[in-house]
This record gives sequence, C-alpha cells and structure tokens, in this order.
Amino acid sequence: MRVVIMGCGRVGSTLAATLDQSGHQVTILDLDSTQFRRLPAAFGGQSLVGNGVDQDVLRRAGIEDADVFVAVTQGDNRNLMASQIAKHVFNVRKVVCRTYDPVREEFYQELGLTTISPTKVISRMIGDMLQGPE
Amino acid sequence: MYIILVGGGKVGFHLARALLGEGHEILVIERDRRKCMTINDELGSVVLQGDGCEAAILTEAGAARADLVIAVTGGDEDNLVVCQLAKGKFHAPRTIARINNPKNESIFKKLGIDDTISSTQVIMERIQAEIPSHPMLHLATLGSYGLELVNLSVPEGSVAAGRRLRDISLPPQTVVSLIISTDGPRVPTGDTQIQVGDEVIAVTRVESEDTLRAQFTSQH
Repeated sequence: MRVVIMGCGRVGSTLAATLDQSGHQVTILDLDSTQFRRLPAAFGGQSLVGNGVDQDVLRRAGIEDADVFVAVTQGDNRNLMASQIAKHVFNVRKVVCRTYDPVREEFYQELGLTTISPTKVISRMIGDMLQGPE
Repeated sequence: MYIILVGGGKVGFHLARALLGEGHEILVIERDRRKCMTINDELGSVVLQGDGCEAAILTEAGAARADLVIAVTGGDEDNLVVCQLAKGKFHAPRTIARINNPKNESIFKKLGIDDTISSTQVIMERIQAEIPSHPMLHLATLGSYGLELVNLSVPEGSVAAGRRLRDISLPPQTVVSLIISTDGPRVPTGDTQIQVGDEVIAVTRVESEDTLRAQFTSQH
C-alpha cells in the first residue's frame, strides 16, 4: 500500500522503517529535515520537508493516491487537522491520528476519525502491570 | 453576549478591548503568562491562562454558556480544534475562526466551521478596492454557490472596446448585469457596445474570474 506518514519522530520513523521493510511505498513528512536522520540507511521510501496541515504539501507527498495516512507529530491539533484534511478533502481510505489528550481523542473518534491516545493506552497498560502478578 | 476569545496575541488583545467597549462579557484564554499579565493590567481580569484546546480549560471558561467562541491564535490547526470542540462538545451557538493561511479557508468550511476570517484575504480585498487602477474589483461573494459579483473597468486599448456584448463569449454562468458609462448606468442587451472607461458589473463563477477579466481588460 501507499502510505503517507506525517512526523518523523521516534514513532513516525520506526513505523516508516517497518512499513518500508515490508515492501510498502512510504513517504514521510517532517518540518525539520534533521529528523530524517532517525530513518535507517536502508530506508527506500521518500522523505519530504513540509507541514502536513498544508494541502499542497500533502499533495506533493502523494496524498491523492495514498491508501493510508498516519499523523504522529508532537502536536495534537496538527495531527487532528491534517487527518481531517486527509479524510475529508482527499478521501484517504485509512487515516490514523495520534492524540495525546484523551478528551480530544474521544471527541474526534466520535466525529469519525481513527484516533489513538498514547496517554490512555500506556497508563492503562502500566495500571494493568501494577495490578498483575509480581 | 458572553464571548470567549482564544488567543491573547495582538489580534485577541485588540479584539477583546473593542468587544468590551461594546458592552460584551469577554474572557480571553491565553497560554503565555506574560501576555496574560498584559491583558490583565490593561483590560482587567478578563483573562484565563491555559490552553484553549483543552476541554478542562474550556469548561473552566464556561464555554457551555458562551454565545460566541472566537479562535484567533496564530495557528490554524489550533483555531480549527478550538472551534470544533466549542461547537461539538460545548454546543456554542456560533464559532468564528481566524485563518492565517488563506488556503485553509475552504478546508475550514468543509470541516464545518462556517465563519472564518482571513486577515490576508481582508487586506487583499481592501487593496483591490482602494487601488483604482486595478482592473477588477470583488464586490461580493454570493454565499456558498461559488459565484461572485465583480466590477471590471474597461481600459484604453481593451480588446472588448467597441464590441457588442453578444460578440464577447462570456464564460459559463456569467451574466453582465450592469454597465456604467459616462451616460450613467444601464442594463445591457446583446447589442450594447462596450466603450473604454465603462464599468462592467457582472456575476460570474469564481473559477471563471480570470477568463472574464481577460475578456474585458486585456490589451490588443
């Protein structure tokens, strides 16, 4: 599949490398070109400097033909806006949006976005670990 | 009215002052402590320090009873989220978003934010209206139909000068509604001859604007 990832931090770069290795066509976006150093040397995808909340940048990243869009920048609102553009303007089939704030995460899920809140997921996991057997 | 302003920068500050002057109840939500202090010193205790995109802060601000929420931060993504939260979660009857990047206007509309203000757009419109040499003025945008009302001045040497209206092939869905010449305004017919100096008032589609402009203002 053709994947556009916005945000080349730890999560974005790891995801990009994994998907690239499994043979998917990956384009990764970041505002800061130095972030691309996180990508492995063998990365065969495309990296592009630009802001994913700008529809022209998304177009350049190939959003019009993308099957999947993933927003994993540090900014919840940036992720939410870019994901909505991908979903509602470019009709990308599968859009996944990271949202740290659990309240915003649930609100946008109700609006039909596929959102994931690391805050919620990780605190739940840690809670489970603490309550599980030693 | 109870109005919540998210963003206490230059726009937020002056807007708050103006709205207070009109007798509205105002609350400014601003993240930066220094900006909050300035607002507090100059406008009184009408400021709440915090992130206006956080539901907890909007709750504390009393967003549920706000008549209007205006998002005027420098970030379009923040303004979008503030308005969507205010509308969807707090049922604010009306939200207005400032748009910093004019390209985002159509996206905001598509995402349900009806009222947007783009400062770049406003300034552009003022410039177009103020500079008389500009061959085409936007008089109005007609709702969401993609139509607009424009005013074209026919310059010296224009390809349209001396031709009858019926001989000019107008773009689709374009109507010339009025021609103002030195004799005064008249509703044109196909036989009306275009003269240098005429003001042509037309309704056209946004995407036909350039074609229409060329038909009346390009030179021989």
